[in-house]
Amino acid sequence: MSPVDPPVTPPVFLPATPPTDAAALLTVRGLQKSFGTTRVLESIDLTVNRGTVLALIGPSGSGKTTILRCLNGLDLADGGTIDVADYPTVSFDAVPGKKQLTTLRDRSAMVFQHYNLFPHKTVLENVIEGPVIVQKRNRAEVTAEALALLDRVGLTEKKDSYPFELSGGQQQRVGIVRALALRPQLLLFDEPTSALDPELVGDVLRLIKELATEGWTMVIVTHELEFAREVATEIAFVDGGLIVEHGAPKEVLRNPREDRTRQFLHRLLFPF
Amino acid sequence: MNESSSELFFSSIGPLVQGAITGTIPLALASFAIGLVLALALALMRLSRRRWISSIARVYISIVRGTPLLVQLYVIFYGLPSLGIVLDYWPSAIIAFSINVGGYAAEVIRAAILSVPKGQWEAAYMVGMSRSRTLSRIILPQAARVSVPPLSNTFISLVKDTSLASLVLVTELFREAEQIAAFSQEFMLIYLEAALVYWVICLVLSTGQGFLEKRLDRYVAR
Ligand SMILES: Nc1ncnc2c1ncn2[C@@H]1O[C@H](COP(=O)(O)OP(=O)(O)OP(=O)(O)O)[C@@H](O)[C@H]1O
Ligand SMILES: [Mg+2]
Repeated sequence: MSPVDPPVTPPVFLPATPPTDAAALLTVRGLQKSFGTTRVLESIDLTVNRGTVLALIGPSGSGKTTILRCLNGLDLADGGTIDVADYPTVSFDAVPGKKQLTTLRDRSAMVFQHYNLFPHKTVLENVIEGPVIVQKRNRAEVTAEALALLDRVGLTEKKDSYPFELSGGQQQRVGIVRALALRPQLLLFDEPTSALDPELVGDVLRLIKELATEGWTMVIVTHELEFAREVATEIAFVDGGLIVEHGAPKEVLRNPREDRTRQFLHRLLFPF
Repeated sequence: MNESSSELFFSSIGPLVQGAITGTIPLALASFAIGLVLALALALMRLSRRRWISSIARVYISIVRGTPLLVQLYVIFYGLPSLGIVLDYWPSAIIAFSINVGGYAAEVIRAAILSVPKGQWEAAYMVGMSRSRTLSRIILPQAARVSVPPLSNTFISLVKDTSLASLVLVTELFREAEQIAAFSQEFMLIYLEAALVYWVICLVLSTGQGFLEKRLDRYVAR
């Protein structure tokens, strides 16, 4: 168990104050990943500045989830480098050490498509597990912060419930709170609403939108173009393990430069 | 049942129950406890990415499951002394049953660990946990719930299997029954009575299993 240096502590008027200051928070260079003989990420280059909300769009199987998982160290890339904030660059040209992976996980927190809450822990326990057990922060302090975060997403009365007692939308909001409680610099979302019933999508999207306006740096994989257009400050189109096009939402969605982007958008807008 | 049989029946209850309380139950409990620890270690070995570690566990499990318990018992009881290791009846019996339970329970625990969705490992890693902490705090508690029914079955089988210990002279329920039967020549009556005591013990255990499952169910949707 490696000791964890807590992420740069945001100012005390928590909860959920994103770290601020300009310049690149995340820099990815030549990231490659294969599963067996299948090349899933050809070579990903990506820079995300602080406060940027980057939406990753692209066809199924293009590698969007894999990018996020590599950023969080859940999958080990086979080549390339990842740089988060002012921490040492993690290089995948040789197998990175445990410590480097820990660095990646410390800097970023992920919200999963299927929530992945811990079913044997209550909502509050889910949220404080990482900060208390891993980051070794003071339990009382973390609990107060967690309660404030839960309050903010309207789940105060659910703090002692188990995940199975919550709707999908509530579970996903807990998933987001669990990520925030880790005090990450970077929030990663993998299709956070795609497992939700349509009437529950709104609450979760609204919360993500709020976080965006507060200045959190986020990378969001999504199929909701409308949401991407509204919330993202940048959109990147992923296809065949490459970032084909990356720019302002208006440009990418309205005037795509690349044929592949155009075809993808056309198929999304006119599926039949 | 004539008068003397019924008298024998009632006078035998005491020794049989005593055999259960001082022999069968402690033997089963001790073997199960040690066997579980062994099983957990074997299950984790089986899941190791290192080939040779998982191979050792696989071979162990295969041998235990592929040979009769009675033979295992005899090997420990009569075999070890020939190697110069002389143990008392009790420790030998406990070792033999633990080895056996370890092999069976290992597969149960391994299956239970594998039944926990991959997303649970990922969420734990995401919040920064190491592999061992993920196992102890996230995976095993969930695996425990899944393994209660099959492990209860293993335990109930074990309670019944301890009757084999009578063959290596451990004083437990069945050996008590044998002695009473031999003395009184009422084989049918006494062996049926012994069966009855085993049955009652297993009924109690099944009820306990139900309670345990319910308790562990508190976070599972029904
Ligand atoms: N663990 C794995 N083993 C083998 N292949 C994998 C694994 N994970 C992903 N892949 C493959 O990698 C490719 C990219 O997968 P990925 O999940 O990143 O796509 P995606 O863009 O997120 O797709 P979707 O929009 O359907 O979620 C797919 O072809 C997938 O089958
Ligand atoms: Mg995906």
